[in-house]
Amino acid sequence: MSTQTLYLIFFGGLFPLMFLGYVLGRQKAITIRSQGIKMHSQPDQYGWFGALYTGLPIITVGVCGVFLYLFGVHAIPPTMLLAAALGVGALTLGLLVKNIQGTTKARDLVEDLIKGMLFTASLVSVLTTFGILLSIIFEALHFFQMQSFFHFIFGLEWSPDTAFLEGAGRADANAAEAKFGAVPIFAGTFYITAIAMVVAIPMGLLSAIFMSEYATPRIRSQVKPFLEILAGIPTVVYGFFAALTVAPLIVKIFAVFGIEAQYQNALSSGIIMGIMIIPFISSLSDDVISSVPQNMRNGAYALGMNKAETIRFVVLPSAMPGIIASILLGISRALGETMIVVMAAGLRPNLTWNPLEDMTTVTVKIVESLTGDQEFNNPLTLSAFALGLVLFVVTLVINIISVSTIRKFHRKYKVSTL
Amino acid sequence: MKEQNDNYFYIPQIKRRNQKAALFKGATIMAIVFSVSFLIFFLVDLGRSGYPAFFQTYVKMEVTINEETVENPYAAVKGKNLKIASRAWLRDLPSEVKQNPTWMNTTREHWVLANSEVDQYVKGKESRTKQNDRDYVDELKEKGFVELKFNTIFLTTGDSKIPENSGIYSSIIGTVMTIIVTMLIAFPIGVMTAIYLEEFAPDNRWTQIIEVNINNLAAIPSILFGLLGLAIFINFFGVPRSSPLVGGMTLALMCLPVIIVSSKASLKSVPASIRQAGFGLGLTKWQIVRDHVLPLAMPGIMTGSIISIAHALGETAPLIIVGMIAFVPDAATSFTDAATVLPAQIFTWAGMPEKAYLERTAAGIIVLLAVLLSMNAGAVYLRKKFERKW
Repeated sequence: MSTQTLYLIFFGGLFPLMFLGYVLGRQKAITIRSQGIKMHSQPDQYGWFGALYTGLPIITVGVCGVFLYLFGVHAIPPTMLLAAALGVGALTLGLLVKNIQGTTKARDLVEDLIKGMLFTASLVSVLTTFGILLSIIFEALHFFQMQSFFHFIFGLEWSPDTAFLEGAGRADANAAEAKFGAVPIFAGTFYITAIAMVVAIPMGLLSAIFMSEYATPRIRSQVKPFLEILAGIPTVVYGFFAALTVAPLIVKIFAVFGIEAQYQNALSSGIIMGIMIIPFISSLSDDVISSVPQNMRNGAYALGMNKAETIRFVVLPSAMPGIIASILLGISRALGETMIVVMAAGLRPNLTWNPLEDMTTVTVKIVESLTGDQEFNNPLTLSAFALGLVLFVVTLVINIISVSTIRKFHRKYKVSTL
Repeated sequence: MKEQNDNYFYIPQIKRRNQKAALFKGATIMAIVFSVSFLIFFLVDLGRSGYPAFFQTYVKMEVTINEETVENPYAAVKGKNLKIASRAWLRDLPSEVKQNPTWMNTTREHWVLANSEVDQYVKGKESRTKQNDRDYVDELKEKGFVELKFNTIFLTTGDSKIPENSGIYSSIIGTVMTIIVTMLIAFPIGVMTAIYLEEFAPDNRWTQIIEVNINNLAAIPSILFGLLGLAIFINFFGVPRSSPLVGGMTLALMCLPVIIVSSKASLKSVPASIRQAGFGLGLTKWQIVRDHVLPLAMPGIMTGSIISIAHALGETAPLIIVGMIAFVPDAATSFTDAATVLPAQIFTWAGMPEKAYLERTAAGIIVLLAVLLSMNAGAVYLRKKFERKW
């Protein structure tokens, strides 16, 4: 039997059984009530009670069976599992309906089950974090068993080209040893992020100041959509633009001054990445600046400051923690940005200060090493997870710092949005 | 300096201070102008390079159709014509003939799809067409045998190694399937989590952990979700690689935090008096949520979800990691088939050496942006229409 028919039978059994549970439960409750016995809950609730508690064992058995299979503990034949699940369901249904009495607290039981379901749903997000963490750490450990951690963090040369030979079992003495020194990659990442920030911080901050302090509500409502569109453009589109419009433009501009630039350069991807982050920083800073109490501004005006001075000497300093947090979030976004750098920054790990040369970043290397045709268990593929681990740790630390800073800031002014 | 004596309140630095203030205001305006003008330049540039892809060159030429040319379609056009006709068109000729049996054993003029180099030349762009072919095309043009027709191929076929035969159809189908999976997973789980955290959760340590975790998850780089998809869904659970199923699941996890946060905000905005009225009537918490709070919060929840789904629609990096950049000429028919998505198709085409792919990439971007912008506009409309101030 194909997987699809199995699913079909499973759901084809599950929903009718649940429906039957509803109808029978409700019917039983009505019958009991018609005998003049006082019921704890309404008939409908007995119906829901029947339906939900019939579905629960079926799904539990199904999920347990699948997990047993996945963890390789015991492979139950799918048809048997199916029969078991539906059988247990039918049995529960019978028992439930038989045992419904006036004292059965259907309403409370339904409430408990739904609460349990909602709680289970909320676990998914926690499991996701653990899933990311575990999958990365597990594979990264594999990598560090093959390559030294110390060399990975401090090594200056990244030349993994011969790693696949090892993976294929053809490592011979003549082949150059693969080197996994990630410093050029980290340097490229931070350099491009720095270029992006040079664009994004002033532009984002000034936009935020304009939007929250100078703009009238009408101008605000007209300008805001533009920034929202800018924020909604997919990164692959920015990447295309950086690679095919901005990069040739930069080459042309620098050619005028007689400086040779490469078509894949750090500058074009950095600038476009910065523009991508402008709306991000501007909307977060906008919130922060708007939540500075009006009294502080009024106080400054009373002392004879003009508007710009008020903003510079009163509003911005008191909003500073929040602004720094929003910049940090922008940095973490830039560090993890993938498509722009994949398309415009190049693949060569290149340790240089020249922004007109090609460079590579952590995310580019992750994409590059996972899109090839190599076996999964060779150092090159696994290096993606080691790089991913570094990326995860760095962005996580930045996020935690900035989220707690923003929260502290809002608590100070007694506004809570986060 | 003279003024100083006239006005008691005169401050000598006032002029400089006011200048500085004006300068500062000017700088903030400049920042906005910069963003807006970038956006306009960006859209115009894309439109200019993508617009021509919606038209494709056809050339009227003599096509011989008989038993022999059905066997070997490249013999159907002769001499110079062979150099300008599209190989893809000729390749499809036998199946065309099968559908139109009257074509058999005829030699007559057909509108034949031109190859991409000729197409680029006709559109006045850089082309690798040889000089004598160019002259021939010019000659045909003068006779009115060259025409730019609306490009239906682009919208009805999948990817192809022949530029003039490639289109976005299969990637659009892939995108739709992926997004369906994403919505089916992310929306219910996200809303359920939001309901739990906002309405049911006790204020204890565990709840705080979940909340902090959701905030962090929202800021994790999207590519790491791709690593999760690869390691957990593909390698551990054995979900087929490149399939809309695995792509959709990965994107769903990515969307989840945004949906949760916006749904929570929406649930929070429903006033407590509604809940208290429900309790007063003896309803249980779930009954209040299901019948009263949730319907009132729904517009806000929908807005947040549409925006996050639109974001997922344009996401590329995690999908590349789970293998959705495979070369997929035909549209996927099931959720476990190999498929590609529109952003990934854009990425693949952007890396192609042939110039003809360039305008197709830009045209693909125009389609993608049109969809995303209309989704966002729809979300904003929903918010405006159903927003209630309590």
